[in-house]
Amino acid sequence: MATLTQPTSLREHVVPIAAGDHVVATRWLKQGLVFALADGRVLRWRDGATDSVEAHAGGILCATGDNDRLISGGDDGRVVATRFEGEPEELAKDPKRRWVDAITLSPSGHLAWNTGKTVHARDEKGRVRTLEAASTPQGLVFAPKGYRLAVAQMNGVSLWYPNTEAKPEFLDWKGSHLDAAWSPDGRFVVTSMQENALHGWKLGDRPGHMRMTGYPAKPRSLSWSHDGLWLASSGADGAIVWPFQGDGPQGKAPRECGVRHARVTRVAFHPGALVLAIGYDDGCILLVRLTDGSELLVRPAERGSGISAFAWDKAGKRLAFGAEDGAAGVLTLPA
Amino acid sequence: MSEKIPVTVLTGYLGAGKTTLLNRILTEEHGKKFAVIVNEFGEAGIDGDLIVGADEEIFEMNNGCICCTVRGDLIRILDGLMKRKGKFDAIIVETTGLADPAPVAQTFFVDQDVGDATRLDAVVTVTDAKWLKDRLKDAPEAKNQIAFADVIILNKTDLVSPEELAEVEAQIRAINPYARLEKAERCNVEIASLLDRKAFDLDRILDIEPDFLEAGHHHHHAEDVRSISLTIPGDVDPEKFMPWINEIAQIQGPSILRSKGILAFKDEPRRFVFQGVHMILDGDLQRDWKAGEKRESRLVFIGRGLNENELRKGFEACAA
Repeated sequence: MATLTQPTSLREHVVPIAAGDHVVATRWLKQGLVFALADGRVLRWRDGATDSVEAHAGGILCATGDNDRLISGGDDGRVVATRFEGEPEELAKDPKRRWVDAITLSPSGHLAWNTGKTVHARDEKGRVRTLEAASTPQGLVFAPKGYRLAVAQMNGVSLWYPNTEAKPEFLDWKGSHLDAAWSPDGRFVVTSMQENALHGWKLGDRPGHMRMTGYPAKPRSLSWSHDGLWLASSGADGAIVWPFQGDGPQGKAPRECGVRHARVTRVAFHPGALVLAIGYDDGCILLVRLTDGSELLVRPAERGSGISAFAWDKAGKRLAFGAEDGAAGVLTLPA
Repeated sequence: MSEKIPVTVLTGYLGAGKTTLLNRILTEEHGKKFAVIVNEFGEAGIDGDLIVGADEEIFEMNNGCICCTVRGDLIRILDGLMKRKGKFDAIIVETTGLADPAPVAQTFFVDQDVGDATRLDAVVTVTDAKWLKDRLKDAPEAKNQIAFADVIILNKTDLVSPEELAEVEAQIRAINPYARLEKAERCNVEIASLLDRKAFDLDRILDIEPDFLEAGHHHHHAEDVRSISLTIPGDVDPEKFMPWINEIAQIQGPSILRSKGILAFKDEPRRFVFQGVHMILDGDLQRDWKAGEKRESRLVFIGRGLNENELRKGFEACAA
């Protein structure tokens, strides 16, 4: 069902891409765009020309990266870096072929991934340290500064300094914690939970818990605004955006953006403006401006084509998206 | 809406023959492709493209339901497998010999993403004709696995005498008379008979008669895990029955492993059918009572330490 006033459309600014399989992640590299696919391939796209390489023997489960590489974890137990040119490079391989469910890269080049309950952290010099989590982690994220890793797991989050022998600090909260996000100012750690909620911890001198509940589904996609003052989340019929000014969202109401008769599956904040890309399970994509709630239509609903991946380019001029049926595309914002 | 992927849960005590069965399912020609979730410390090696190691990460849901435990690793793995839909037709979940099947089963009713993409087809339990007797004495898990089963494979029948076989069969029936029982040597059962049972599908709960028809076969094993069958030869009042059954599930849920019922509600032309796993009940109005079909109301509980008299009195008070 359409919203009452039909949003202005950006549809003619979208170039479609046939990615060919469930898009697990997408990322802009210096030379072009890459898609990590559930069949193990990485598709490279530049100005309409595509090629693909087989990065994993099985499927890709998760991906991260920087300007030069897409780094993926697969169900073949491997961690693989794929550049825009050349063959994929294997960074790690689990002898038991355990799944790599989570992977993350810090701005300074620290890489972390899991194989089963074991968390591996690799510093910029390539030294790998490991930590045993209480359960298989699905959410790993580095602190914005320093070599410190948050590991979401059963009943809480470990904060681990891989280069020290110190026991990780454990932020406890009963339940199963899935994805993890660390605020750009370093003050908050937030997880998505099995119980259709977010849980947050305020770190520092006056620590505190934040409970963000009321979602009809698990909020599996999280995105910080460029100024770090807002956290957008999926899992409801609109994007739920929590205010992180001051002491955080406890006791404050979130914004609800782009409410439709569908479920939000992916969210991605613009890298330089308070504009949020919202993808839904019915295939629709909207851009919503947080300040006034105005909406722009990027992609109309398309059956069986739920949105599974987003990536803004660095300049915020282009938005790449991918869907569960292998459809994908690039929106170029009109000048 | 695309068809949900059926999931068969394979349980059985260590050494009963689960791995043999799993290898047969994976190697025989039956026209189906499986993704198999095995426990990490399995009995023997099996290998393949869509074999996933699981860790039995059980946790309690924060929903105030004390027995509502689910398998977190299963939710994670099924989510990963669903991205590769089309690569397989069905999923098999192997549990460790010591596992309680309840958290696995409950995962399918409690987690919405799992429930949207897959359906629990049946719990298949492999037992060992030679050693089951001993296991029932020393291992409560072995009892749970039988009580929970929709299909029981009584394996290694060639290793026991006919008398011993009859004895062990009677022991199984004392715990769970409703499961389909397949006798086997080296797990030589027909694979197709284990799959697509739709045991948790309300539309398939047609009757809840015991699986065997040996009238007068009364073995009175003093089992703490057993089944209780209750019948009212007519209608019940839903205004009385619904609060009662919900209260039973809330209070006795931890002791009730499985429950099923077919009920005639007063002034309702359709049959009310439900099935439950511990505290989780799933019920709906089903087809009409047929002409000539006797309207009666029947319940079955399989559980540990159930008070039959109390349950009977409570149920009978719901009569219309």
